[in-house]
Amino acid sequence: MSKPFAQALATIVIAGILVGSAAALQAVRETRYPSPPPGEDSLYITSGAAVRRMSAGYNALAADLYWIRTIQYYGSVKLRLKQVRELTAAEASRGLSDYQLLYPMLDLTTSLDPRFNIAYRFGSIFLAETYPGGAGRPDLAIALLEKGVRERPDKWEYMQDIGFVHYWWTHDYKAAADWFHRASEVPGAPWFLRSLAAVTLAEGGDRRSSRILWLSIRQSAEIEWLRNEADRRLKQLDAYDEIEALQKIVDDFIAREGKPVSDWQTLIRAGVLRGIPADPLREVPLEIDAGGRVRLSPRSPLFPLPDEPKRLITPGA
Amino acid sequence: MSAVAWIAVNAFRESVRDKVLYNLVVFAILLMGASYLIGQLTAGQDVKIIKDLGLAATSIFGLFIAIFIGIGLVSKEVERRSIYGLLAKPIHRYQLVLGKYAGLVLTLAVNLAVMTAALAVVLAVMSWLEDPVVRTGWEAPAVDPRMLKAVWLTFVELSIVTAIALFFSTFSTPMLSAAFTFGLFLAGRFSTDLRNFNQVVDSPAAAAIAQGLYWILPNLAPFDVRSQVVHAQPVPFGYLALTTAYAVIYIAALLVVSLLIFSRRDFK
Repeated sequence: MSKPFAQALATIVIAGILVGSAAALQAVRETRYPSPPPGEDSLYITSGAAVRRMSAGYNALAADLYWIRTIQYYGSVKLRLKQVRELTAAEASRGLSDYQLLYPMLDLTTSLDPRFNIAYRFGSIFLAETYPGGAGRPDLAIALLEKGVRERPDKWEYMQDIGFVHYWWTHDYKAAADWFHRASEVPGAPWFLRSLAAVTLAEGGDRRSSRILWLSIRQSAEIEWLRNEADRRLKQLDAYDEIEALQKIVDDFIAREGKPVSDWQTLIRAGVLRGIPADPLREVPLEIDAGGRVRLSPRSPLFPLPDEPKRLITPGA
Repeated sequence: MSAVAWIAVNAFRESVRDKVLYNLVVFAILLMGASYLIGQLTAGQDVKIIKDLGLAATSIFGLFIAIFIGIGLVSKEVERRSIYGLLAKPIHRYQLVLGKYAGLVLTLAVNLAVMTAALAVVLAVMSWLEDPVVRTGWEAPAVDPRMLKAVWLTFVELSIVTAIALFFSTFSTPMLSAAFTFGLFLAGRFSTDLRNFNQVVDSPAAAAIAQGLYWILPNLAPFDVRSQVVHAQPVPFGYLALTTAYAVIYIAALLVVSLLIFSRRDFK
């Protein structure tokens, strides 16, 4: 072994030992004096114009950084809230406070890169979604999407999404129909938007329209995540169908036998059901309460089911 | 080989000796590391973000080279007193300045070419690994020839910055030259604000001065088409040609003034 090589090797070994020792000391210190939990997330700059200046022209890169931060923020808040099984009234009423930085972050991202397509579509879903799954602020979702429409008047997807927020979250069917109609007039928009606009205006919401909307979002989703979310929503609609069908079976049985049903075994023993029904994902059994009401288990990944848009007219009326 | 080409090649060799090309290794590691990490963090926007990051890093790395090498092009020769040896050779002072400038532009061109190739390789691998269904949802293909337009304008912009650095290098110290060049770079990026200055001040004189500065200072914002190409927006060749022509004229103006100052400078 040559002398220079031996010297270099010795230097590397010594440096390795020193760095390893420093890491070991750090581990000891963290064991004896635990680090404080991470503090509240904060956004020091909320002005898009200011961040544009500070990024010295590298706006797209700054937008990417804010986008990554938005994803991390949303994910961490949602994860934290998911750990809370039973929300107290106070927690439930907090609403936006747990996602209070979501809109400013999305606004900054889209100010820095006004064509950041997924930020608008991501924002519309998670700002509108009811707490704790989202911020419960459909008004902010619409504001974000309208910003997108101002930037890209050719994006029928944003208009469809605004209509969707009105349809699904604010239940303002006239506004929803207006936006579906507006989207349908954009070149390249799918054919069904025109009929969806007419049906929404005439009848309000129904499950068939909801299904068409989610299928449309699934088809136009640019990212896996949105597709998965649309799939989950479609499964929730399946769950509604399944629960309704089972409820009819239970109600018929109660009417026929004249005795209450509070478990599936009664129906299985009577030969009405062949087994315990499960949610559409076939992961968690459906529940039946003491009053004979069929419902989704809170353990199901599809729980909670969202409030369905209501019909303005009843069939046959 | 002409004197200018000879000096240019030597300036390029000097930058290689100064380990300038090491930044390419950093760039490659940055891109490869980022392409893995970003895939975990961005909810499906990894290709877009790698494009943004790669194009921005190309510009930032090039900016550092243009400024920190550019400011030493002439002043280093003066500090090391090697200028006396150079001027004693049968070359004109203008040939020295032009050769130095061409050498650094060559260094930048080589850097940008390698960084662009590295970016294309990383994007090609990401595209290859991606599900074909997901690929159909992208605004633009991962390896998109339109990105060359952004790289070209970055190169042209950096050529202006190099000319600015060289200009200051002919009469100022390296530290001050770096500060002035970076200041002009920032002013150039935000020169549109000067054009609209009359909307924020009442004084017609101040507005007129701002307007004058807008036309005199280098307007660097039009050289940034990175966002457009990443979002598959059209960047017409006419735009490229006009922007490049503007740069050529501006560089020529800076070099003429630099030559004038350098030719009158007394090195005794």
